[in-house]
Amino acid sequence: MLNYLKLIVLGLIAIFSMIAINYARDVAYLIHAIIVLAVSAGLFLWVLRHTDEPAAPAPQNEYMDDVVRFGVIATAFWGVIGFIAGTFIASQLAFPALNFDWAQGYLNFGRLRPLHTSAVIFAFGGNALIATSFYVVQRTSAARLWGGNLAWFVFWGYQLVIVLAATGYVLGSTHAKEYAEPEWYVDWMLTIVWVAYLAVFVGTIVRRKEPHIYVANWFYLSFILTVAMLHVFNNLAIPVSIWGSKSVQVFSGVQDAMTQWWYGHNAVGFFLTAGFLGMMYYFIPKQAERPVFSYKLSIIHFWALIFIYIWAGPHHLHYTALPDWASTLGMVFSVVLWMPSWGGMINGLMTLSGAWDKLRTDPVIRMMVISVGFYGMSTFEGPMMSIRAVNSLSHYTDWTIGHVHSGALGWNGMITFGALYFLVPKLWNRERLYSLSMVSWHFWLATIGIVLYAASMWVTGIMEGLMWREVDANGFLVNSFADTVGAKFPMYVVRALGGVLYVAGGVIMCYNLWMTVKRAPAVEARAATAHATPAE
Amino acid sequence: METYSFLRQLADSWGLLAMFAFFVGIVIWAFRPGSGKVHSDTANIPFRHENRPAPASGDDTPAAN
Repeated sequence: MLNYLKLIVLGLIAIFSMIAINYARDVAYLIHAIIVLAVSAGLFLWVLRHTDEPAAPAPQNEYMDDVVRFGVIATAFWGVIGFIAGTFIASQLAFPALNFDWAQGYLNFGRLRPLHTSAVIFAFGGNALIATSFYVVQRTSAARLWGGNLAWFVFWGYQLVIVLAATGYVLGSTHAKEYAEPEWYVDWMLTIVWVAYLAVFVGTIVRRKEPHIYVANWFYLSFILTVAMLHVFNNLAIPVSIWGSKSVQVFSGVQDAMTQWWYGHNAVGFFLTAGFLGMMYYFIPKQAERPVFSYKLSIIHFWALIFIYIWAGPHHLHYTALPDWASTLGMVFSVVLWMPSWGGMINGLMTLSGAWDKLRTDPVIRMMVISVGFYGMSTFEGPMMSIRAVNSLSHYTDWTIGHVHSGALGWNGMITFGALYFLVPKLWNRERLYSLSMVSWHFWLATIGIVLYAASMWVTGIMEGLMWREVDANGFLVNSFADTVGAKFPMYVVRALGGVLYVAGGVIMCYNLWMTVKRAPAVEARAATAHATPAE
Repeated sequence: METYSFLRQLADSWGLLAMFAFFVGIVIWAFRPGSGKVHSDTANIPFRHENRPAPASGDDTPAAN
């Protein structure tokens, strides 16, 4: 019965996209209609061919791990793609000749930059969050994922959103809102996928066998809910035509700017912080084989973080048309945010108390620890940069980019790598990773890459800020914009080098994970005990 | 009073107070007597049910370990 419904929906989508191909008003829309047609027609045939096969009931005494395995593969794949895109655009800034003439309007910096940011944040980070949240919520609820194949819809629907967004950027379909660039139909698609994600996650929590909801799930849930709210409000737009990709924002002026940075900063706060803290609160205790340092602190960490983060957005709009009170509010809350951030950092680090020796022997836990260390560093740097006086120097300079990357490469990247190294042997039933020394190589390449990146961006950012504000005795500006661009060249080369190291680490990780699945010894089938064995 | 001024005043008076009170309530709740046992049980959730879900029927009590 459900299959008939699926066939009707898929058929309607296929027919609609054929009409859309015919009436398409711009290239991006045309290509997207072709992609949607291919996907929906392919799915139609697939459902049709399997429609008379009896569906085996899902085994309720097993976890649904197939979708997590796919999520792990997607995370590693999109991660390397995103790192390569970032390294390439960093090289474009250092060597403008890499904005090839034959690819103008498609592969120049302006088109590739959103491709890089979306690939690393939403494709790499988003897949990591979806995969780990599905893994963690099942284990900590002691229940199979709710909703059956809905989890597959979440996974594949999310990949489709990524592909539509990425091709749209290259072809010039964009909202021109930072980190929210995809146009209206991609936004609608993501909304549907996200509601399904929320349903699967909450449904699993409702079915839990544990009396309490583990703290990691609180963080994941706040991430899913808040991102849904942010996404809907920031993308309120009216399509110019149903046959074209262009849409017009509902808000305008300073309201639009404030909505954008309320979204933008909370994308950092809830996507890249709360969600990844969910990962921290599960994988660090697991890898260290001891419970979190203080559960009370984790409760206070959670509530303080979500109560404060949501107000910090206005610090992106200092010295603009934004009212002073709003800008002050953003600044004060950003500074206050330091406390819950460091509370969380301490909680993560102190989980190792009594097991610090593992740092010497286990490169995976080293990766997780340095990620929490970078979390602490960037959550110290951020509040400092949000202070108006500091911001007047740092804003619009490369310092901001350096700050973002010490958080993204250090905190988000490293905790994700740690989680992948933890997950792959578990998910593919392997005794251990293929090579621990490769993990060490990855660790050092990534760490040195981040240090090169952050250090060069501090130097160039502060230099740039000082050059912009330098005036001579008569009050005239000393430097033109092009002077700062010229002065930044050596630091840009160092940054691109840092990117190369980070990519190299990512490639080594992919090889190591691949070989873990192929070559590492399988866990011997111990008697399939119904009850979990105690942690040794 | 127009909507902007009303919301602006509500936000920095009663709204602020309500949220702050809620937060203080959570902190007090976290430190309530007897919470320690609940918290140490909850903190150990990741070390149970690693490989398969809890059995569907019967005892909901977590495996003792």
